[in-house]
Amino acid sequence: MSNFPFLSVLTVAPLVGALVVAVLPRRRPDLAKLVAFGWSLLVLVLSVVMWIAFSADGDRFQFRESYPWIPNWGVNFTFEVDGIALVMLMLITILVPLVILASWHDAEASKRSVPAYFALLLVLECTMIGVFAAADVFLFYVFFEVMLVPMYFLIGSYGGHQRQYAAVKFFLYSLVGGLFMLAAVIGLWVVGGKTFDWQALSQAEFATDTARWLFLGFFVAFAIKAPFFPFHTWLPDAGGAAPAGAAALLVGVLDKVGTFGILRYCLPLFPEASRWFAPWALALGVIGIIYAALLAVGQNDLKRLVSYTSIAHFGFIGVGIFAFTTQAGTGAVLYMLNHGLATGLLFLVVGMLIARRGSALISDFGGAGKLVPVLAGVLFFAGLASLALPGTAPFVSEFLVLIGTFTVNKPVAVIATLGIILAAAYVLWMFQRTTQGTLNPALTEVDGMRRDLTLREKVVVAPLIALIVLLGFYPKPVTDVINPAVKATMQDVGRTDPAPAVGTVQEAAR
Amino acid sequence: MSELKLPPLDYAALAPILIMLGAALVGVLVEAFVPRRLRNGVQLALALLAVLAALTMVILNADARLLTAGQAIAVDGPTLFLQGAILILAVMTLLLMGERAVERGGAFVAHAAITAESAEDRRQAAGAGGATEVYPLATFAIGGMLIFVAANDLLTMFIALEVFSLPLYLLCALARRRRLLSQEAALKYFMLGAYASAFFLFGVALIYGFTSGIPGRVAGVDFATVHTAVTESASSPTLLYAGMALLAIGLLFKAAAAPFHVWTPDVYQGAPTPVTGFMAACTKVAAFGALLRVFHVAFAGAAWDFTPVLGTVAVLTMLVGAVLAVTQTDIKRLLAYSSIANAGYLLVGVLAPSKDGLSGTMFYLVAYGFSVLAAFAVVTLVRDADGEATHLSRWAGLGKRSPFFAAIFTFILLAFAGIPLTSGFTSKFAIFAPALDADQVWLVIAGVLTSMVLAFPYLRVVVMMWLSEPGDATPTVTVPGALTSAALVIGVLATLVLGVAPAPLLDLANGAAEFVR
Repeated sequence: MSNFPFLSVLTVAPLVGALVVAVLPRRRPDLAKLVAFGWSLLVLVLSVVMWIAFSADGDRFQFRESYPWIPNWGVNFTFEVDGIALVMLMLITILVPLVILASWHDAEASKRSVPAYFALLLVLECTMIGVFAAADVFLFYVFFEVMLVPMYFLIGSYGGHQRQYAAVKFFLYSLVGGLFMLAAVIGLWVVGGKTFDWQALSQAEFATDTARWLFLGFFVAFAIKAPFFPFHTWLPDAGGAAPAGAAALLVGVLDKVGTFGILRYCLPLFPEASRWFAPWALALGVIGIIYAALLAVGQNDLKRLVSYTSIAHFGFIGVGIFAFTTQAGTGAVLYMLNHGLATGLLFLVVGMLIARRGSALISDFGGAGKLVPVLAGVLFFAGLASLALPGTAPFVSEFLVLIGTFTVNKPVAVIATLGIILAAAYVLWMFQRTTQGTLNPALTEVDGMRRDLTLREKVVVAPLIALIVLLGFYPKPVTDVINPAVKATMQDVGRTDPAPAVGTVQEAAR
Repeated sequence: MSELKLPPLDYAALAPILIMLGAALVGVLVEAFVPRRLRNGVQLALALLAVLAALTMVILNADARLLTAGQAIAVDGPTLFLQGAILILAVMTLLLMGERAVERGGAFVAHAAITAESAEDRRQAAGAGGATEVYPLATFAIGGMLIFVAANDLLTMFIALEVFSLPLYLLCALARRRRLLSQEAALKYFMLGAYASAFFLFGVALIYGFTSGIPGRVAGVDFATVHTAVTESASSPTLLYAGMALLAIGLLFKAAAAPFHVWTPDVYQGAPTPVTGFMAACTKVAAFGALLRVFHVAFAGAAWDFTPVLGTVAVLTMLVGAVLAVTQTDIKRLLAYSSIANAGYLLVGVLAPSKDGLSGTMFYLVAYGFSVLAAFAVVTLVRDADGEATHLSRWAGLGKRSPFFAAIFTFILLAFAGIPLTSGFTSKFAIFAPALDADQVWLVIAGVLTSMVLAFPYLRVVVMMWLSEPGDATPTVTVPGALTSAALVIGVLATLVLGVAPAPLLDLANGAAEFVR
């Protein structure tokens, strides 16, 4: 079964689906939705089969496929995944069908082509899968850049207020990062022996200065993508303007490309440069945690608030990566998955709330829990997951990051912990201002607010809630897959875990 | 008196050039003898046939590596590759020139002599058949370009420069509408072009003087002699530097590199759009073909001397093109500045003195030619009652009026911005990689930084087309005739194919990337 070309099929399948959806007649939007949803479910099934076929005790990289593309430059269609990439692929294939289902009526509001919206979502899925599955730096770069195009049109054509500004800002920021990376990619190619193959490049040795410059080229691109402070300002705009479904994918998956890129490319390819830069990266992470959390507290726009919370969470992930311990690294990767689930859920729920009220401003709500109790309950759960309440999945990852960091760098861990308190503040305050307290009389006049969660919406949130709870109590299936990959990455960086902490805490992690 | 001996001519190797020049002469006869109503069809067919015949000869010559006509013409890999490129791009240009379905009478004025803005001018603009002299003119220009990229001595190169420049000056003046703008463009182009030619000629004279210093050899301006002179001449190197600088000015003018670029936006805007496309694609190929040959063959030994200067020109060109593109409000001027910036990227390729650098530059020229011609083909289609609507504000909301053409144009703009899966990305890579390999780090960094700046104007057009609401002033896209459609399809497909599967063309360019000396 492992001979089946999982990764190429998984990458191409959504693209084929997108073409099918795109040629469906514009007058039959329901057909387009059904086809898109069905197609994304097929992709999900395929990825589940792949998950089962992946052997956690096996090689670090599995399902390798390689076909020549541009032999003159040594470019190949090389796909392979390690545990980290596999987990991200699962996150994508789980989120996309739910996002399609959640966006069922989003495209109609924009007066633009409905099939095109769902076709764009599938194109986006193709590029997202490709970016995580690629094991050829050139191929990775291609997906990294092409990913911008569908997202640009999702935000620009189907977004809300200020969508043009947000779309252009998003595109330009990402393109700037991408071009820095392009320079680094070409440089890597030149000094790395004119190959793009990750395996070959990870064996290559570079001069210290060269490696540091190349590292910075990649890091800037990934830091903008993630986004880390101070490259984050595009995210609140893009997240605030994007339709809720696209925003869930943007923050839930797209941004993980940045942290994934650091783990897959910056650390193993430039270990010395990574160690050299680690103090700065940790500082950026810590600043991001505190700064973004403070900004989140002050937001009056629900989607912008969620975007800021994400920036804070990315700070945690960054700290976890650059602490260079297996626990912190595992925590960071787990955080990437859990954040995708929790924030994805939060974005979708907030989107449902906004769709009912017709406004994203917190001040336009108040006491909404009396009108839509189930929705308010789900919002509460999503908020708690987002602030990493024990029992929800993000808690496990945040905890791992903090203890993993504490063993090597106490000040950073201590300051980062403050972020948890701020997280409680922004989540609970947001929840209180929207759903609790006296009922805002304006709410009762809005028709939408009289409908609680529909069956479709329940189907959207249920799997996410289940996964968050499940992984909160029993993360082992995921950590088993992640752990070997993270360990190998940390070995590439040349950092071993501090002796006393390893045995005990790592057992706890399992 | 010694007998004057004719040098042997390899007619097969010269065939493409002879075919084009011969066809141009026949075209002149056609103007004289064929009835007016038939002329357009006959001329177009003649020009297309000639180009295809010349292209066939280029392909048949594919393995030729020789010097002929008394060392004046070099038929080698780069010559054949670039001649092929010019001819294929010329097919697209001729198709655009021959289009009559988009506008009655085509893009050209009925008679160049009609006074601009007169009553007669308004009559001709309303639908008189366009001038058919454009075909022999274009054919002459193409023939001149074919010589230009093959020229193996500086005098032949100068003659070729004039042969292709003079028809271009005329072509620029022949726009059907906004004729004052068109005539101004032509005059400007002519005046500055004449200066540039004078610089070039002066440079040739200085280089001739420099070669006279080779002990025991006759002076000459063929590249082999110049090459020897660079290392062996006893003359003052000042002659070499001054000569090289003056030659470079002449060539960089044609290539539209800063600070010799100022004609570009005005001429691009005023010229009839098919001619603009012709200049942006074919002239660029010819100019860079000559630059490559002059600097890689004749002056190869002086690379240490010219690299910093040309590198500065390249950076300046990229900067000027990118920064000024941001402020443009007219699509043709925007494309002109983008073409200037692209000249800068191409110079980066010229400064990568390796086989990869040469093949990368040639690849870039072809890829860019296809995209830019497709872009101008779309520009010819977006029009209202007064002709083409080139002001950017008029393009607002085009995505809703004509989603198909807006999508095509978006694709081309993404290619210009260097997004992967388009030829714009692969060609940038083809140029930057050898440049970095040659340790031109700062050139690559400048290239990357200006690409970021340049992305903004492209993106602004995309935003205009898709994200703005169409206003009353938004023109519709005219349904293109078969000829424009064909040109558009060729351009867009090439942009896509060279982005997704560039390997065949790269192989071809690699196989061709060696000059004979």
